[in-house]
Amino acid sequence: METLSQQIDVAAADLRRAPMPEHRVDAARWTAAAVALAEGRAELLGLWASRRGVHMVLRAPGTGWLGLLTHETGDVFPSVGRHHAPAQRMERAIHDLYGLVPEGAPDLRPWLDHGRWPVHHPLGAQDPAGAAQPYPFLPVEGESLHQVPVGPVHAGIIEPGHFRFTAQGETVVRLEERLGYTHKGVGRLMRGATIARGAKLAGRVCGDSTVAYSWAFAQAAEAALGLAVPERALWLRALMAELERLANHLGDIGAICNDAAFAMMHAHCGALRERVLRAADAVFGHRLMRDVILPGGVTRDLDADGVQIVSALAEDIRARFPALVRLYDRSASVQDRTVGTGRLDPALAARFAAGGVVGRASGRDFDVRRDLSHAPYDRMPLAVPCRNDGDVNARIWVRIDEVPQSLALIGRLVSDLPEGPIAVPLPSVVPGGVGIGLVEGFRGDVLAAVELAPDGTIADGHLRDPSWMQWPLLEAVIEGNIIADFPLCNKSFNCAYSGVDL
Amino acid sequence: MIAAFAIQGIQMLLVLALAPGLVGLVRKVKARAMRRRGASVLQPYRDLRRLMRKEVVLADTASWLFTATPFLVFAATWVAASLVPTFATGLQFSWTADLIAIVALLGSGRFFLALAGMDVGTSFGGLGASREVMFASMAEPAMLLTVFALSLVAGSTQLSTVVEVLHGPPGVGLRVSLGMALVALIIVAIVENGRIPADNPATHLELTMVHEAMVLEYSGRHLAMIELAGAMKLLLYVSLIACLFVPWGIARAGDGPGALVIGVATYLAKIAVGGVALALFEASIAKMRVFRVPDYLGIALMLGLLGTLLLFVSGTL
Repeated sequence: METLSQQIDVAAADLRRAPMPEHRVDAARWTAAAVALAEGRAELLGLWASRRGVHMVLRAPGTGWLGLLTHETGDVFPSVGRHHAPAQRMERAIHDLYGLVPEGAPDLRPWLDHGRWPVHHPLGAQDPAGAAQPYPFLPVEGESLHQVPVGPVHAGIIEPGHFRFTAQGETVVRLEERLGYTHKGVGRLMRGATIARGAKLAGRVCGDSTVAYSWAFAQAAEAALGLAVPERALWLRALMAELERLANHLGDIGAICNDAAFAMMHAHCGALRERVLRAADAVFGHRLMRDVILPGGVTRDLDADGVQIVSALAEDIRARFPALVRLYDRSASVQDRTVGTGRLDPALAARFAAGGVVGRASGRDFDVRRDLSHAPYDRMPLAVPCRNDGDVNARIWVRIDEVPQSLALIGRLVSDLPEGPIAVPLPSVVPGGVGIGLVEGFRGDVLAAVELAPDGTIADGHLRDPSWMQWPLLEAVIEGNIIADFPLCNKSFNCAYSGVDL
Repeated sequence: MIAAFAIQGIQMLLVLALAPGLVGLVRKVKARAMRRRGASVLQPYRDLRRLMRKEVVLADTASWLFTATPFLVFAATWVAASLVPTFATGLQFSWTADLIAIVALLGSGRFFLALAGMDVGTSFGGLGASREVMFASMAEPAMLLTVFALSLVAGSTQLSTVVEVLHGPPGVGLRVSLGMALVALIIVAIVENGRIPADNPATHLELTMVHEAMVLEYSGRHLAMIELAGAMKLLLYVSLIACLFVPWGIARAGDGPGALVIGVATYLAKIAVGGVALALFEASIAKMRVFRVPDYLGIALMLGLLGTLLLFVSGTL
């Protein structure tokens, strides 16, 4: 029997070149991996199902080594969530979609299936659905507790999610999230789709991360095909990814301050974000740069005008941003709200393998661009900002620190842009196997897994948003804080709804 | 006699007509401070017209209290506002009630609003009502102590008399206790009107709301009444601060039409300055934690208390 370290055998540099070597494991080895996750010997990067069974991607903590485990099954599999809590919601989603039963799972309530689908298990047995059952929220016991249900329809125009607060006065005792309201059946739509259609679907899973999603999907599809992409296309992809990160970070910094009613930051950051979006529109033809990345390359090239627009944008933001940082740093009234609020324990962040800003603000020093690097980032120096305080303030500062870094990367990407074609045609020969893509989006690492059928269509596609690991942490973070501070904590996480509802 | 009633009538209509304009002005200045264009100053009037025309959506659990409250609150606020000397002292109604009555009228408006917030049984109504009452438990004593400080200086709780004594001649000059009362009154005014940093009138975050959470279930003409009452309350506080601490230009009982015109003109200017100052203050600060607001109000309470005590120590402080 191979050990865990033998199963984690793919170096990041090889990850995106070819289908990922798969370790087909039996129930015992699968459980052993779950135990290893619980003991911190591995990190869970993804857990999903396909028609063949269940899969998980593991990473050896602190290294660039990954492993793909597959447990082939048609009905039951040993629960990972039983040992390793971060897997629980993924297993509930697997159960809803495929009908595979995680044996021994502590929580088997439905997650995505709210009882309003015409069938149960749409990707598996497709049993006809009966009447919707009421959803049992976790019980809370104690003196003078009251519940505050919030959402899925909110007072503002935001994405739908239900938050069940149990509070003692203003202090939150427990928060339970219920998501799934924006479920759109991506898994079903992917199945049998052409790669081009799959790329379009991936770009529509989560609007503000469309570049990261398209790139992750493209990486996965290209890995499944063993296709090498021209360098110029990679550089352009990275340019778009950095523009996306820049726009979202600027928007988030302002939006978090706005939740403390500090509208000044919001107005100015919003104006900067708008400049990024307009530049993206001028250069790539779409404000959010949707559908520009396709497997094989990109659809739009950067001409001399585009270089000029992007450089001017970077220059502009570099000049204006420091004043906003000073405004934040010197406004005691905002700092009073953000410092010490919503503290995420670094141990929890590590256990959940929380990616992105959430992880980096709580001491998890991980960035796909550096730690599971790929072209063009492997040729550029990248200092990953990391803090240990884990509060709202730290999450704002990580974002603030990433802005100049993205600006520097944009400068390098534009000046070092290699010549050559921007796309290659897809090969017709399919080697078989699962292609994995991993891209650092603004929320964290977006994982895509694509398995191709012999005719070149998608057999099964899975997209894993970084928010899968972050949403449960939000529940932990709010405990002991007051209800009125929840919006601040929530916005500082800025988890995706659409991205996890699939 | 008829002239006195006419002037009082003009005053009442003036506060009613100006109140949404003040809200519009504050929003406009705030927007400009953030380099946004902002909606027209007239937007609150349009909003009120729109709400008046809209259908009322009532919760099934709403009792008569819920539907009666908007009118009660509106009436109480309007009466309170009519007691404040805006452009002239000694108006017809001003002899019927004093500063303490104004505090009581506003307090009863809040009492009914808090009840109505809990009436329909939604969690936000209860959340808002509990926060509002928590703030009120500090704001009302602070306001009363401020009233005491002013009354001790003027020798009366009658607002018109207070203004005339403070304004003079001969006037009372600069007093430490009056300075404390001014700061206390401003703090109370900010909290009572749900402005930043105590509450955010523009928020969409239901979990952070105080005043807005209480009225979340209101719609149509009920909401219009509450919005108008809220705007009038803001105007009332600005007018109160203006007439007590910058009384210049205000007309006296029995003055001719010329003095009344000057009174109205200076009043409008004072309101505008107050609105701009409020907007700039709000733009420059973040909202504080809910539990900090009582501390903040504690400052007002202590200042009011100190002002009152100082006057017992020495009549000239």
